[in-house]
Amino acid sequence: MASYAARRGTNGVMMTLCTAAAVFGLIWLAIILIELFWRGFSGLSVDVFTKMTPPPGSDGGLLNAIAGSLLMTVIAVAVGTPIGILAGTYMAEYGRHHRLSMVVRFINDILLSAPSIIVGLFVYEMLVVTLGHFSGIAGAAALAILVLPVVVRTTEDMLLLVPDALREAGTAIGAPRWVVIRSVAYKAARAGMITGVLLAIARISGETAPLLFTALNNQFWSLNLDAPMASLPVTIFQFALSPYESWQNLAWTGALIITLAVLALSIIARVFGSQKESS
Amino acid sequence: MTLAADTRSVDPVRQRTLSKFATSDIVFYNLTRAAAVLVLVVLVGVAISLINGSLPALQTFGFSFLWTEKWNPVTEQFGALAPIYGTVVTSIIAMIIAIPVGIGIAVFLTELCPRPLRRPIGIAVELLAGIPSIIYGIWGLFVFAPFLQHTLQPFLIGTFKYVPGLSSVFAGPPYGIGVLTAGLILAIMVLPFISSITRDVFLTVPPMLKESAYGLGMTTWEVTSRITLPYTRVAVVGGVMLALGRALGETMAVTFVIGNAHRITPSVLAPGTTISASIANEFTEATGDLYTSSLFALGLVLFVITFIVLACARLMLARMKRRAGA
Repeated sequence: MASYAARRGTNGVMMTLCTAAAVFGLIWLAIILIELFWRGFSGLSVDVFTKMTPPPGSDGGLLNAIAGSLLMTVIAVAVGTPIGILAGTYMAEYGRHHRLSMVVRFINDILLSAPSIIVGLFVYEMLVVTLGHFSGIAGAAALAILVLPVVVRTTEDMLLLVPDALREAGTAIGAPRWVVIRSVAYKAARAGMITGVLLAIARISGETAPLLFTALNNQFWSLNLDAPMASLPVTIFQFALSPYESWQNLAWTGALIITLAVLALSIIARVFGSQKESS
Repeated sequence: MTLAADTRSVDPVRQRTLSKFATSDIVFYNLTRAAAVLVLVVLVGVAISLINGSLPALQTFGFSFLWTEKWNPVTEQFGALAPIYGTVVTSIIAMIIAIPVGIGIAVFLTELCPRPLRRPIGIAVELLAGIPSIIYGIWGLFVFAPFLQHTLQPFLIGTFKYVPGLSSVFAGPPYGIGVLTAGLILAIMVLPFISSITRDVFLTVPPMLKESAYGLGMTTWEVTSRITLPYTRVAVVGGVMLALGRALGETMAVTFVIGNAHRITPSVLAPGTTISASIANEFTEATGDLYTSSLFALGLVLFVITFIVLACARLMLARMKRRAGA
């Protein structure tokens, strides 16, 4: 055994390294955020929210991209959430120890962290090739597939936290199982389930890769789901890689908008989640 | 239900309500089960569509697709070696940096950080884990790559110029963009991910174990390295592999800064490409079935790699969870 002084020395060195790691890691993340806010805010104006994406070299806004993103997100959530909640309900309520649940849980966890660009390829093959053109609906479908695993996971986790005694009490007064699930289990797990949906929205609002070759992009105002549709992340991608300064500035502003939206959603989700814990 | 039917003569209203209950229960049960099966169908569908899409390429090139470096859209010669190489190298760079730093942050958060700061810093790290990758990409392109071009890269080239072996690893003009830059961005990106998972896992160590070790006179480092890490080893490895899966499949952060060059050079300062960056850059511009199909085949390779990594990660995390529950 090394001497006490040597052990203390090792401890001091290692703990300093750990603190240094924390400082090092947080500094990079702080630099990124500061740069983003600095560059993003300098381009932020009313025009961003009222004008269309401009042709190269002139001024404009991001209105069509923001609208496209919102529309596809809403559709994706509207489709993905009910399916996700139902699947989560099966795993936590009806088939808790069933083999199917275990398989679905495993697959769902893999889908949760699978590369999103692969989802894009899948939807391209399924919808873009069949329909013959890029479309907003394909983009929404890709996003819905990304919403699904998040909602399934949180729904299942939250329903499993509901004490069985509550369910038994419901059954004891003669309520059929689905009424128990709907009016007892869902009600008890509501806050957590909403958190899951919010986290899912936060996740898809910044997704770029699956939209690149499903919704493609659109320079003009369009809410036609059967046509290519602009979205904020893809517009950022295109503008950032362009040589035009006005486009690059818009890309930074768009990045700031997305980041603020994602941070706001995560914080709201967190507040919802912590309310649940304390109550 | 049977009790009601047995004891009283048929009350039509009651009977109808009961059977309505039974039907709606069955409907709801099947609805939820169908939704659960749909999750499976999605994954199977992804696999089938990738295989289907990559069939022409695989039929043309066979398995040599995997170890051919050539990627020439003009002569329609495609091979996956360069993107696979780029994917692996950027992920290795990212992991070499992110694993020690991430675990360091977790140790800091669980052992060293003053209590009032623990929650805020922990929450900040978790929020940062949720920031979309395109943000890291745009920052990498406009800020980080020029910064590296003028500082780290000339330094590396100058320092290792006469060191045999390393001179070719850090060779070439400092472009700014390239394999090393992509790896570093990935490291910054997966950092919050690794530290928040590791911290969660560290918190599952029973306080009793740690307190006994402290009671025997161990230092904080000894408790961490001999109690916490061995106890959580499997789950930490699982968390790291989860992060690896993310790094392997990461698209946007890499696409901005990798340079998209289909070639293999020993120098990490040279531009390269990864599987996901190739798909993102070239897919919409791909002309000809064979080109598109080759990109699908790349996607299939990525899918198989990440599936294996993620499956291992989940199994390891599940093992830890079972033990914690038992």
